Amino acid sequence: MQEKLLELKNLKTHFQTERGVVTAVNGVSFTVHSGETVGVVGESGCGKSVTAESILRLLDEKSTRYEGEILYKGKNLLDFSISKMQEIRGNDISMIFQDPMSSLNPVYSVGNQIVESILLHQKCSKKEAYSRAIEMLRLTGIPSPEKRVHEYPHELSGGMRQRVMIAMALSCQPRLLIADEPTTALDVTTQAQILDLINELKLSYNMGTVMITHDLGVVAEVCTRVVVMYLGQVIEEANVEMLFKSPCHPYTRGLLKSIPKLTGDRLEKLHVIEGKVPTLHQVPKGCRFAPRCEFASQKCIEQMPELIEEESGHKVRCWHFKEIIGTGEGHYVNTSS
Amino acid sequence: MKGYILKRLLSLIPVLMVVSVVVFLIIHMTPGDPASVILGPEASPREVAELREQLGLNLPLYQQFANWFIGIVQGDLGYSYFMSESVLEAFVSHLGPTFSLAVLAQVFAIILAIPLGVIAARRRGSVVDQSFMGLSLVGISVPSFLLGLFLILLFAVELKWLPVAGYKPLSNGVFLHLRYLVLPAIALGAMQAALIARMTRSSMLDILNANYIKTARSKGVKEKMIVYKHALRNAFIPILTVIGQTFGTLVAGAAVVETVFNIPGIGQLIVNSVERRDFAVIQGTIMLVAISYVMINLIIDLLYGVIDPRVRLSRK
Repeated sequence: MQEKLLELKNLKTHFQTERGVVTAVNGVSFTVHSGETVGVVGESGCGKSVTAESILRLLDEKSTRYEGEILYKGKNLLDFSISKMQEIRGNDISMIFQDPMSSLNPVYSVGNQIVESILLHQKCSKKEAYSRAIEMLRLTGIPSPEKRVHEYPHELSGGMRQRVMIAMALSCQPRLLIADEPTTALDVTTQAQILDLINELKLSYNMGTVMITHDLGVVAEVCTRVVVMYLGQVIEEANVEMLFKSPCHPYTRGLLKSIPKLTGDRLEKLHVIEGKVPTLHQVPKGCRFAPRCEFASQKCIEQMPELIEEESGHKVRCWHFKEIIGTGEGHYVNTSS
Repeated sequence: MKGYILKRLLSLIPVLMVVSVVVFLIIHMTPGDPASVILGPEASPREVAELREQLGLNLPLYQQFANWFIGIVQGDLGYSYFMSESVLEAFVSHLGPTFSLAVLAQVFAIILAIPLGVIAARRRGSVVDQSFMGLSLVGISVPSFLLGLFLILLFAVELKWLPVAGYKPLSNGVFLHLRYLVLPAIALGAMQAALIARMTRSSMLDILNANYIKTARSKGVKEKMIVYKHALRNAFIPILTVIGQTFGTLVAGAAVVETVFNIPGIGQLIVNSVERRDFAVIQGTIMLVAISYVMINLIIDLLYGVIDPRVRLSRK
């Protein structure tokens, strides 16, 4: 059994806004083991990025309040002082962000930024740190890293910058990597390369990885387990095969149906989940997905369903999932890809 | 890089041509005749006419301009009959006090304003932020001569810490030099400080929300380093622009402050020359001020490249 690295227990993240308190993450729980990639999937605004940033407590602490537990190797990060958190960040837990174009500081060379990370957490000379930075750049597949290390972010392409971000995030060999939509801003061919790279490095370092994404293709590619989020809640959790073969929640089923297929009838329109995600100021009282759900009953509107374990390792938050599975609209996506 | 500087220096030519025409016309359109000012109220019309001829003031305007402009191109800015020295000599002998004053005012403004702006940005919306920004509003609104008078009243007349007015050159010792310049520098720099503080605050607010700041935080960089290493350098470009642009107001303000504090600088030279209708000095000095303004902006543009690699012109 792999070591349990990260365990979120009923994590809630509240923001103080001008229009009152909103709860962007509402009772999220999941576990990440070393060597495992957990995907967190959902639409924009479902709270997946906030969950990611909550783990490292990167949100502005003046207007943010956390509840629940974020256990890293059994210790609750929410109890840590800021300086203790600064020791964890970049050293034990690293993060890669969505937009490599704006995630690197434009006025410092990429080498400088990687070295900064190394010098913060490791006892070594500047020279050693530079050779380590070059080594990391080489590891992430950047050609002639000795030259590139002195270049500035604007001199590199998007894919290269994301490689630099990865090199920087992994320069201190963290145990856990949080990747917040690492491929969203990249073109498709680069996306595949970056995913392969993250996968490869995860295996060689035996890291745990949290992959935040809205792209189910990415999930199928790299994840072992998936957490589906909707409006700040986990609505389904399963391992990848299970989720793609027998999705239980109507939202997950909708997501899977909305993926364009290469085979079959071209004229068939893509599935659309009707309605819009409500804002956090007007969260539905019962099931949060009820207003957009074709199966919603009176009970769904009035009562919030709990996340229950349907079978071993497959959790779902829906009153009617059994009936819905019964409708026979089962297999959507070929998992062998 | 050299080509760029050369290009910028060449662009000085049209700027100076426009400045020369405007300055020339404004001076010659204002009433008052230098010849009668020089000779005094008791001079006979014949004497005045003779002197006018001698000074070339009887010539048509375009010819006067042509004579003057040809002189400038040859490096001759003209001669002051009042001070019995060339305009260049007069300018150089008055440059020292103004230079000291302007530098001191700018240094005071930068040292005060940037930390205030940074603190205000970090504590956005707090009492500290609001009081700093209120203070900066006062700094922008209060004219420098008024502030100068208040400062004199408080620190020189009441507390007797500093001299009321006057100027001691650097050759009398740094301490004495600074003692005389502190109050005028504060009076002159207050508005600069206010403008720089406001720009620092808004620029920092922008930058502190940037993604790379979050990246730095996720690496475990300490908050102080985030602010001063990662954010401030990025925020500095618009701050630098304000510093460059307000240099013009600094020179204009120096004229007023020098008068209040009785400092024999360029400002006072211009003001006195205007009163005396000393055309050659006014024209020549303003040309030189215009040149230094353009040069300072060139230096600022070159500094952009030092701060931000994206605007560096060529890499070797």
